[in-house]
Amino acid sequence: MTILVIAEHDNQTLKAATAHALSAAKEIAAQTGGEVSLLVAGHNCGAAAEAAAAVPGIAKVLLADSAALAQQLPENLAPALVSLVQAQAVTHLLAASTTQGKNLLPRVAALLDVAQVSDITEVVDGDTYVRPIYAGNALATVQSSDSVKVITVRTTAFEAAELSGGQAAVATQEEASDAGLSRFISEEVSQSDRPELTSARIIISGGRGMQSGDNFPLLEKVADKIGAAVGASRAAVDSGFVPNDMQVGQTGKIVAPDLYIAVGISGAIQHLAGMKDSKVIVAINKDDEAPIFGVADYGLKADLFEALPELEQLL
Amino acid sequence: MKILVAVKRVVDANVKVRVKPDNSDVELNNVKMAINPFCEIAIEEAIRLKESGVASEVVVVSAGSNECQEQLRTALALGADRAIQIATDETLQPLAIAKLLNAVVEREQPGLVIMGKQSIDGDNNQTGQMLAALSGMPQGTFASEVKLEGEELLVTREVDGGLQQVGLKLPALVTTDLRLNEPRYASLPNIMKAKRKPLAQLTPDDLGVDVTPRLTTLKVSNPPERAAGTMVSTVSELVEKLKTEAGVL
Repeated sequence: MTILVIAEHDNQTLKAATAHALSAAKEIAAQTGGEVSLLVAGHNCGAAAEAAAAVPGIAKVLLADSAALAQQLPENLAPALVSLVQAQAVTHLLAASTTQGKNLLPRVAALLDVAQVSDITEVVDGDTYVRPIYAGNALATVQSSDSVKVITVRTTAFEAAELSGGQAAVATQEEASDAGLSRFISEEVSQSDRPELTSARIIISGGRGMQSGDNFPLLEKVADKIGAAVGASRAAVDSGFVPNDMQVGQTGKIVAPDLYIAVGISGAIQHLAGMKDSKVIVAINKDDEAPIFGVADYGLKADLFEALPELEQLL
Repeated sequence: MKILVAVKRVVDANVKVRVKPDNSDVELNNVKMAINPFCEIAIEEAIRLKESGVASEVVVVSAGSNECQEQLRTALALGADRAIQIATDETLQPLAIAKLLNAVVEREQPGLVIMGKQSIDGDNNQTGQMLAALSGMPQGTFASEVKLEGEELLVTREVDGGLQQVGLKLPALVTTDLRLNEPRYASLPNIMKAKRKPLAQLTPDDLGVDVTPRLTTLKVSNPPERAAGTMVSTVSELVEKLKTEAGVL
């Protein structure tokens, strides 16, 4: 019985999301008695496989390194995963619920003719999981009757597993073939010296109240004082203030930092879905009726254009 | 080129749903329903491709009880040419919906399928990718831009770190993200016209698809409530509390 976790990596190192998916896998292993293995798929990703081999408590690392898997296009990777699931007697296939995991796993599940359980927040047992529905306004406990469980993991719901100190064997897999359906053209990665939203300890986010993208530097100055990441509500993204990769919410990123500061954000259901598991929430808004105050540990009714510069000074 | 757009009837995005007292599901009686917002974006994109001459016909499809005809008529009012309802009262899970849609794809042979990246009820984010797998199509998920260049569909995708561009062979499947477009409103004359546009009905049996659920919902419960917080009156009081009381600064 193999519980296979698909590692997210940049060919060199494992990304933080993998550590959270691993924790969920270990919980499943504890329930079922299965073994956890890690898959590193890509091209010229030997260094990432070495990093994966250092993860403690795993049975082995499967390395699928071939040109067809270079950007891990789902058209090429999904069929390769189906063969792997069959060859390795995989009972549970997991990935973090990142854009990459969300893109890939349903394609694999459909090829295997099994359901997928998306975005789990709790492992009840080997067949049963808890997942949020309706923007997190309800939690569903679901049980799968399929032979292979295909699962994406909400990273904020599981602690990061230790990634170093182990020594697992690396098993090289067969060359994957190019399905000839798709090609990678380019990637524009947002450049920033600030921490990533999904792993930041502190996040400060702006909403429609920011009025314009030109005002986001007010948030950035505060962020830089305290090492925070900068996020935004859907309203701010929809209004064109900032790019979509900054969006926190039901349809953007799900975050749970130690401190979340919501500035000029009214607190729509869709935004709360993405941040209400933060440890401490601060809301700054000039409308004291704003629903964001209902979830905030500390609320400040103020004009953000006065409060932000003052906050920057006092930190 | 024919475009197939799949749409879903869901609880309106502004409704805060409540869990039923018996924990069997959420309360859906007397709740306002609407087209899933991402499906609206899919309809808009298809109509724009038709207006720009890339597409020749836009077919909209939905699976569900007869109530989803309301959403199909809305799609027709927005500019779709005809509609297909896959009529069933069963609860449909993503894999079953993907199989139903795949059977429609086999019949209709569209050059492009556009659908929302996720529905705001189940929040699964699966059906598009599953349909792409079953029909052997390449997938451009979370699209913020779609452009046909010769025989290749160029899709800009919203990914965690920024944007990714991929080239897909046709026929292809696209799932929509927020910034792809801003959907229009249906005009009154178009709403009237939509009533006369064709709406065909099929059943899962007609399509030869078994829609038996693979996941059993054992329980639906309320998420833990956050305790009410306190209001502070000044920025300095806020900073003080964060440092001493909350200990997060």
